[in-house]
Amino acid sequence: MSKRVAITGMGIVSAIGNSVAENFDSLKNGKIGIGKISLFETRHQNEILVGEVKMSNVELENSLHLPHSHNYTRTALLGAFAVKQALQQANITDCNDKKTAFISSTSVGGMDFTEKYFYEYFENTEIERFITSHDAGHASHEIAELIGLEGLVTTISTACSSAANAIMLGARLIKSGRAERVIVGGTDALSKFTINGFKTLMILSDTYNTPFDDNRKGLNLGEAAAYLVLEAEEVALAAGKNILAYVAGYGNANDAFHQTASSENGDGAYLAMEKALKVAQILPEAVDYINAHGTATPNNDLSEGRALIRAFGDKVPAFSSTKAFTGHTLAAAAAIEAVYSVLAIQNQCIYPNLNFKTPMQEFHLIPETKFVSAPIKTVLSNSFGFGGNCSTIIFTK
Amino acid sequence: MESLYITHVCKIQSQQIILNDKVVFEDVESADLNSFLKNGYKNQAYDYAKFFKMDHLSKLTFLAAEPILQDQDDKNIALVFMNRAASLDTDVKHQQSIQNKEAYYPSPAVFVYTLPNICLGELSIKHKLQTENCFFVSENFDSKLMYNYAEYLIRHKNVDKVLCGWIDVLENEYRAVVYLVEKQGEIEHSRNELEQIFI
Amino acid sequence: MENLKTELKEKIIDVLNLEDIAVADIQDTDALFGDGLGLDSIDALELIVLLDKDYGIKLTDPKEGKVIFQSINTMAEYITTHRTK
Repeated sequence: MSKRVAITGMGIVSAIGNSVAENFDSLKNGKIGIGKISLFETRHQNEILVGEVKMSNVELENSLHLPHSHNYTRTALLGAFAVKQALQQANITDCNDKKTAFISSTSVGGMDFTEKYFYEYFENTEIERFITSHDAGHASHEIAELIGLEGLVTTISTACSSAANAIMLGARLIKSGRAERVIVGGTDALSKFTINGFKTLMILSDTYNTPFDDNRKGLNLGEAAAYLVLEAEEVALAAGKNILAYVAGYGNANDAFHQTASSENGDGAYLAMEKALKVAQILPEAVDYINAHGTATPNNDLSEGRALIRAFGDKVPAFSSTKAFTGHTLAAAAAIEAVYSVLAIQNQCIYPNLNFKTPMQEFHLIPETKFVSAPIKTVLSNSFGFGGNCSTIIFTK
Repeated sequence: MESLYITHVCKIQSQQIILNDKVVFEDVESADLNSFLKNGYKNQAYDYAKFFKMDHLSKLTFLAAEPILQDQDDKNIALVFMNRAASLDTDVKHQQSIQNKEAYYPSPAVFVYTLPNICLGELSIKHKLQTENCFFVSENFDSKLMYNYAEYLIRHKNVDKVLCGWIDVLENEYRAVVYLVEKQGEIEHSRNELEQIFI
Repeated sequence: MENLKTELKEKIIDVLNLEDIAVADIQDTDALFGDGLGLDSIDALELIVLLDKDYGIKLTDPKEGKVIFQSINTMAEYITTHRTK
């Protein structure tokens, strides 16, 4: 009775590549995208490192063939760029030939341009058009219009777990027969708003982030966009589509502890993983690889580590955080990591948790530190957001 | 298939808090939203000092949800909320604090609230709800999405009840409508009813 | 140092939104975190901003806060020694 949710297309743009192939190549060859900020000036220039997408706004505009009068901020540009790739891989030329929905996510929205142009709005009529781009939902509707989608469009904003929640909702829409196809994912551009905010919470590292390391100092922020095309299995098969993987399980739970810190025992994380395993109807032993949230903050890695041990006992599967490659891309994180999870299944591999030197004192958890080939059938991906919003997605071959 | 029901509705608008069609608090005198929220809290004699650290979105959520949640023993209540302005009211405050080059003192306590779903985190923390939460940003109340999501969670996801809400605030403009969906009650959970509640 | 201690109590009440607490309610030796005033990690970060804004002291490691913010006394001592404003 329950339909299977197939993934038929993916698109991604991040600090380590402007396409799925480029991203995979970087992951395989240890090429990181973290460095000093170059997109704009900030007083924190010499104190932080970030993961910037190596494309300017002009390059993005040109590749999308946008008219000069467009009002896409960088968040929307990155999003549109990734959505188009996903549609292309899924062989979709008409978004409405099947009942299709679009669920996007963001935390920055149009803030990246509002903060740039705010004081000029009264004098400079040229940039007035960006006033309406501010809202979190604007980019989603803009992208839907660009691709001609007429179905449901909505935007989820639950911090760092947003895109995972988008994937979860998309899968549910398909399973319940309310949609045949859903494009899901998220996008966030770097902004001073976010950098300044995270700086004041004192969770940014001044050097390369070191997930799950005892001496970890904090995260590097990043920007990215990624989208997946989810289709009801019978719809995909009937159209002769190539199925990349399946969304087999998902779960969301609240940590109920603090607005921005995770509970010591990782309650929310543990519950999310348990729920996902239950939906997927698999035992913990069946998981071959975990793509951890692993932001390298003292708090997250401890909390997540404890949750992993609670969920998997002394048989925690091979795990790693890819945030040492891309930085923490906020609302896009779960989406880019979904793409990496699917690639792990397609290529039968596990990514390295870079920069790891010293195991954490609190427990015995050693992440995979090399890029290795391994039989991978089931991947679990964690994304935990502020507000205690914890989500887990399970992908299978 | 049995119906689900809307059992409690709490609205905050035009300086009134209205629970199940009865005005439980009115404050025509308060000069601004801040005073109204403070007076609303004091009027109900809630004993929760953390209220004063919250931003307007979270305070409004608290005042609209608390009359409903305080009588609930069941912890299996999911939270599905939506609004138009996301966390813009607080975003503006954060932006102001990083604008001044000479007096640059961003506040961590303000930044923490620059995400709309934090208000759900606050409810979860107070009532120890470890259930599913989701927050949508939409131009207007999307009755179809909210109806479907709540029905789905209860019918298929072993959730006992779903607290749903529209909580929107931007400067002194605000509106909150929070309602509980569960298996027993009198008013049927339907799109029609939802639209009636929102008029 | 007594003036500084009273000043600190006033500032803490204001900056941390401690609505129902008066200066007289905070003893110099009361634990600010944990069971005492029940402040949390975000409050600690706000106090770090306060040290910078009002007294010109910049802390780079949030863990230093644990020792400095134990009580009004420890805060006042630290500020007296390190203030640049």
